[in-house]
Amino acid sequence: MNIAVCVKHIPDPNLPGELDGERLKREGVQGVLDPGDEFGVEAGLQLKEAHGGEVTLVSMGPASALEAVRRGLSMGADKGVVVTDDALRGADALTTARVLAAAISKAGEFDLVIAGVESTDGYTGTMPSSLAEFLGLPQLTYVKSLEGAEGSIKVNRQTAEGYHVVESPLPALISVTAGVNEPRYASFKGIMAAKKKPVEQWSLTDLELSGEDVTVNQRVSGIGKAEERQAGEVVEDDGTGAARIADFLKEAKVI
Amino acid sequence: MAKVWVFAEVHNGKVDSTALEILTRARDLEGAEVEAVALGPGATDAVGPLGEHGAAVVYASDDEVFGDYVAQPATEALYQLVQEHSPELVLFAANYDSRDIAGRLSARTGSTLMSNVSAIHDLNTAQHAMFGGSTLVDVTLEGSPKLVLVRPKSFEASPSGGQAEVAKVDVAIGEELKKAKRLERHEEATTGPKLEEAPVVISGGRGLQDAGNFELLDQLASAIGNTAVGATRAVVDSGWVPYAMQIGQTGTTVKPNVYLAFGISGATQHIVGMKGAKKIVAINKDEEAPIFQIADLGIVGDALKLLPQLIEEVKSRKG
Repeated sequence: MNIAVCVKHIPDPNLPGELDGERLKREGVQGVLDPGDEFGVEAGLQLKEAHGGEVTLVSMGPASALEAVRRGLSMGADKGVVVTDDALRGADALTTARVLAAAISKAGEFDLVIAGVESTDGYTGTMPSSLAEFLGLPQLTYVKSLEGAEGSIKVNRQTAEGYHVVESPLPALISVTAGVNEPRYASFKGIMAAKKKPVEQWSLTDLELSGEDVTVNQRVSGIGKAEERQAGEVVEDDGTGAARIADFLKEAKVI
Repeated sequence: MAKVWVFAEVHNGKVDSTALEILTRARDLEGAEVEAVALGPGATDAVGPLGEHGAAVVYASDDEVFGDYVAQPATEALYQLVQEHSPELVLFAANYDSRDIAGRLSARTGSTLMSNVSAIHDLNTAQHAMFGGSTLVDVTLEGSPKLVLVRPKSFEASPSGGQAEVAKVDVAIGEELKKAKRLERHEEATTGPKLEEAPVVISGGRGLQDAGNFELLDQLASAIGNTAVGATRAVVDSGWVPYAMQIGQTGTTVKPNVYLAFGISGATQHIVGMKGAKKIVAINKDEEAPIFQIADLGIVGDALKLLPQLIEEVKSRKG
């Protein structure tokens, strides 16, 4: 099974975010492989172990995107592709999907494309669907668990009330939720091996995309502060904490 | 006048409430001619409520194909409707199925999709929040049509008592779009209200130390009654509880009357999913925890020690 996994390098979610003008600041900030994408990489690796084939990581971003790919290669992926171009600064989900679709098409023939449900920094959650449409693939999103077979894939898809069992022939695209698996740690051996694995770096020209194809269409017209909630009373629990909360609930007519 | 469409999901014969919330807002937009689209079993039955909330026309099809296959058939039908009727703006709820369809439609039309919108100023401007909801960003909508995903509970639904005309949708769906098939539908038996509807929500974070301690939250929920249990992304990622319980910028948004946060630090990613609660109570060992900045009542203490005590206190007050 040949698998392409989309990975994103994001500003470390444990650090406060910063704006660079009107956009989320990405360059020069401490970054990590999006935790949501680790589940995607792991899913790809498990399928490869069960069915053979290769896992290719695909990423779009500034030069630091390479780090996300290296991380995935350390976990066991076979090769990587990074698309970097100044014209992609501030790219929205649609543009990202368009670029990744071009990169995936150029990188090879894939039975399965895997993405996380939503990025931790942008959290639009729509990029995978746009990507599936550009690639002409059926999509199985919000995957809680999955079973790959020769030529098809079956998943449990998260819904508001529970889950649906969904099946599709391959090729297809899936987006995986946190908890679909437990991502493996990169071993020392894996980290060393990653340094030798092939990584292609492409610009828009390599993908035969022009600046016009990737014009960002979201114009920020204003940025402001939201009305903040005021902090109320904060007290130490001296043994009466539980009673205070219960009183609060009673006053709120909840009990 | 510009056509503003609301894409309404219908499940088990009921219209998704977010669609009604969005319709309520849409009908107040200056220059808007509000219509709705409903695709799948139950669509025709949904025309009543959609009309009552402001849709003048509902493009409806009860065809099972829209329920049986994920995203592709609905995208095709919606795309053809858009081509035929040229709406200026299409609004979707940020729900599982709608996000999929909106994302595909965005690629199909080449129109950028604006996500996580919590306010619509006018036909050209919408707003979303960053950094846990503290920073509000206004965006000028562009594209033909403009596409927007609206977070649930951004608006309040209220009927205006109108009636909608039905426009039957008749679109040929080719076999090549019937790939991702729904084989089974499972509803998780929830004892108690749904997370996004519960008047009281109690949540646990890492401060609960162990997955097993969520049992204490279940007990407290039973004691209070009419209460749902949620969790932070951190504990979901750690596999303690399922994704369905996640509250935050990814996951569910809740606006209960009371929100109790146990062992939750208040990371921005979580806050954005619950800061709309009427009243917030937070329990955390760390007095510097950011959650205390938005809590109406904050208790600095060990959630694990306090929970059993609270369960008793609640039971005794209820008598």
